Amino acid sequence: MERTHHTQEINITEALMTRINELISHYPEDKRKSALLPVLHEVQDAHDNWLSIELQDKVAEILHIKPVEVYEVVSFYTMFNRRPIGKYMFEFCQTSPCCLRGVENLMDYTCEKLGVKVGEPTQDGMFEVRGVECLGACGYAPMMQLGDFYQEHLTPEKIDQLIVDCRDNKITLHDK
Amino acid sequence: MSQKILLDKINVPGIKTYEVYRREGGYASVEKALKTLTPDEVVEEVKTSGLRGRGGAGFPAGMKWSFIDKKSGKPRHLVCNADESEPGTFKDRFLMEYIPHLLIEGMITSSYALGANLSYIYIRGEYMWVYKILERAIAEAKAAGWLGKNILGSGYDLELYVQIGGGAYICGEETALIESLEGKRGNPRIKPPFPAVSGLWANPTVVNNVETIAAVPWIVNNSGADYAKIGIGRSTGTKLISASGHIKNPGVYEIELGLSVHEFMNSDEYLGGMIDDRPLKAFVPGGSSVPVLPANLIYKTANGEDRLMTYESLSDGGFATGSMLGSGGFIVYNDTACIVRNTWNFSRFYHHESCGQCSPCREGTGWLEKVLHRIENGHGREEDIELLWSIQSRIEGNTICPLGDAAAWPVAAAIRHFKEEFEYHIRFPEKIKNRDHFVAEPFEKVRHLVAKQTV
Amino acid sequence: MKVTIDGQSIEVEPGTTILQAARMIGGESVPPAMCYYSKLKGSGGKCRCCLVEVAKGSDADPRPMPKLMASCVTGCMDGMEVNSTASERVQDARKSVTEFLLINHPLDCPVCDQAGECDLQNLSFKHGKSQTRYIEEKRTFEPENIGPNIQLHMNRCILCYRCVMVADQLTDNRVHGVMDRGDHSNISTCISKAIDNEFSGNMIDVCPVGALTDKTFRFKSRVWFNKPFNAHRECTTPGCCGKTTVWMFGGEIQRVTGRKDEYHEVENFICNTCRFDKKEVSDWTIEGPRKFEKDSVINQNNYTRKLDTVVIETEEGILKGREEDRKKISMPAVPLDREENAVFKNGNV
Repeated sequence: MERTHHTQEINITEALMTRINELISHYPEDKRKSALLPVLHEVQDAHDNWLSIELQDKVAEILHIKPVEVYEVVSFYTMFNRRPIGKYMFEFCQTSPCCLRGVENLMDYTCEKLGVKVGEPTQDGMFEVRGVECLGACGYAPMMQLGDFYQEHLTPEKIDQLIVDCRDNKITLHDK
Repeated sequence: MSQKILLDKINVPGIKTYEVYRREGGYASVEKALKTLTPDEVVEEVKTSGLRGRGGAGFPAGMKWSFIDKKSGKPRHLVCNADESEPGTFKDRFLMEYIPHLLIEGMITSSYALGANLSYIYIRGEYMWVYKILERAIAEAKAAGWLGKNILGSGYDLELYVQIGGGAYICGEETALIESLEGKRGNPRIKPPFPAVSGLWANPTVVNNVETIAAVPWIVNNSGADYAKIGIGRSTGTKLISASGHIKNPGVYEIELGLSVHEFMNSDEYLGGMIDDRPLKAFVPGGSSVPVLPANLIYKTANGEDRLMTYESLSDGGFATGSMLGSGGFIVYNDTACIVRNTWNFSRFYHHESCGQCSPCREGTGWLEKVLHRIENGHGREEDIELLWSIQSRIEGNTICPLGDAAAWPVAAAIRHFKEEFEYHIRFPEKIKNRDHFVAEPFEKVRHLVAKQTV
Repeated sequence: MKVTIDGQSIEVEPGTTILQAARMIGGESVPPAMCYYSKLKGSGGKCRCCLVEVAKGSDADPRPMPKLMASCVTGCMDGMEVNSTASERVQDARKSVTEFLLINHPLDCPVCDQAGECDLQNLSFKHGKSQTRYIEEKRTFEPENIGPNIQLHMNRCILCYRCVMVADQLTDNRVHGVMDRGDHSNISTCISKAIDNEFSGNMIDVCPVGALTDKTFRFKSRVWFNKPFNAHRECTTPGCCGKTTVWMFGGEIQRVTGRKDEYHEVENFICNTCRFDKKEVSDWTIEGPRKFEKDSVINQNNYTRKLDTVVIETEEGILKGREEDRKKISMPAVPLDREENAVFKNGNV
């Protein structure tokens, strides 16, 4: 249950609506609900990577389903954020194969470097460090997800460079 | 060099693109199947091949196909399970990222065999860029006439879409995957009815792993009998192994089933041995849910036979001295690794991924994690080992879906083979304060502290 | 079709589940069921309390089933042989599930309105132990206000999904559901909205534990101090039969519920007007006292004993509970401030 209420400006652009309609067309006409997960991803990407209740209600309206059906789904899956998050989210895989290759030390390093704790955005809202479960890149450990992409074979030097690149706006988050 | 079926062309420059893939003989199986074979003949070839489900369960694929309900007259669906999330497993991503058209070709040929006109690939949400790769590849295939109405003038229609998940390991369970594909929470369904009778939108559905479907084009192009010649006994064909942990060459490898574990671990063609001079301590052969084995049971079975990379050999000895091939997630540990920490880590994973629908899994996975966390952090009690054993045995077999078993087995195996390490954590909490406690002082050096005195 | 459960055979129609067959036989062999509810489509299979051993699959395929099966969702086959209460393995499984359901349960029966008619209490009485092996901190949830009639105590919930099915199957606008996942799954509206429709009160009747209780009856009485009577009224709500049980204390109707059978399932769903608004004796035609199980807690207050007033001689504090427990576990009656109140009334949409 979300107690704190954050507001979000909703902007379903024409381009976004075209994409949503395309996704809906992947399913039989009476199965619009099936498009829920892909539509949530698209809508979230276009709204600073999080989904307010209002935005979830909007998705429900588009898919002709009850708002609660959207809330249930959003809260089940880990990739949907229900509060504003750091712009650059460093999601480190912290499952065993990555731990064997030192991801825990690397997370400590990153947090120290950014001056944050895991799960807290930096004050400027630029960065957030999170530990997530297996991302399916065990052979390329340690690694993290940043936007739609994986950053693999990480080292402290690579982390330093990534932070610089993020600050310089050189990192693409979404593959559109 | 052993035979490659899936990764044969992986090093051809540009194989990601439709043009190169086609030039290299891609989509031949679609032509052959649609023009010269009936759907049932394709199913027969797959049956003959002995191909087993590559997602982990190892159920014969042809047999699974033959269960699909064709009598009801309802639309049928093929759904590809690309929700690869089992810790230690990353082979499907490799296939989809580097040779996406192989999966699409497999989907078309397999959908034809099943009489499915609307098929989906369900890919995990975190593989977002691979999702885009597949979307583009599907568009290329469609533009080239391999999808849509009346493919190759055969009268067969097929639409294929890729659907993205939202971040949930449980959606790799086939009925949870179907629920998720319907836009719902990933709660596994109660079976029966099985998807073959009532799956996606209550229509007959087959769910197959990426690697399983990717093997179909070769089987159709050559023959089921040729495929069955590779491998040993009921472990036919080749298998992708995802290798990670303390080894020199982590990555994805295609092996002929029947290769010895020793050769796979040590030859330069494959893993190239350990990462440094620290000795091998344990390995998990089939992804995090299968039992971990100690060094003395890795290369040889309990009977002293060579341990082979087959379904049968890896499970030789049952859970007492064997494990499982599972999804082929091969995780290797040297003596710096702590089995208790590793077990806690896996338990945290299953706790995090439990859907929460049935009570033993919902409550039990969290309990396991909490007890293991206490032991790993120096707050264990002597009775906790017995407690862990009891909790895991009470989850196993009592849940709706196999996640309960997957959470129970690693704990059971760790206690079975590494009980002394648990005792060490409980009796010497000050020695395990640092999370790298076995780096400076591996367990072998302190084993005497907990070893049973023999008089 | 013939099916044998704990050595007793019965003829059943195809499509009958093992649990239904066991209920037809009755007695000790009937497996306990916390999530299955015969009047709710798609219920069952989740709590795992009703696991049974299938020793023989059928005459056609006599192999035993390797795993224990949830009897509420497993269909009978001709010649099937089932071990229920007679099997040690089944007894063990029931003990296991009971333990799992209790580890995070607040065990706050002394302040729970459901006490005395709680399926979890009955289950633990039969299959539980007096001592716990669980020493970790219990899981708790923030309280959520879901309106003036129904009290939600998420900490007590066992996630049977029955209340969600009631909302889905009895009303056309479900506003609550199961949020989050794993052991943090919870029943919620997500937006602290009042669950408000004519049949929402049935969520209380189907709840097997004290997670959903009647706010209009809250702390009025222990259920065993009430006398249940069958009653009816001419109800004008479409879909409501007007046949209820009224729970009386002296001449006062303290609570109205649906009429429940021996498996604690209502015979008919009733509307909120009957349940919450009709508390005068003059509203009802009282048919007569209800039967109840001989060894049930309700029988504490049996009709042969004279009982005018109840005096509970105990410290005030025991009934009230500790302040921190009231906040955390079971009695979230923290007054809302003005803003929260507005949000609660209108939702925050």
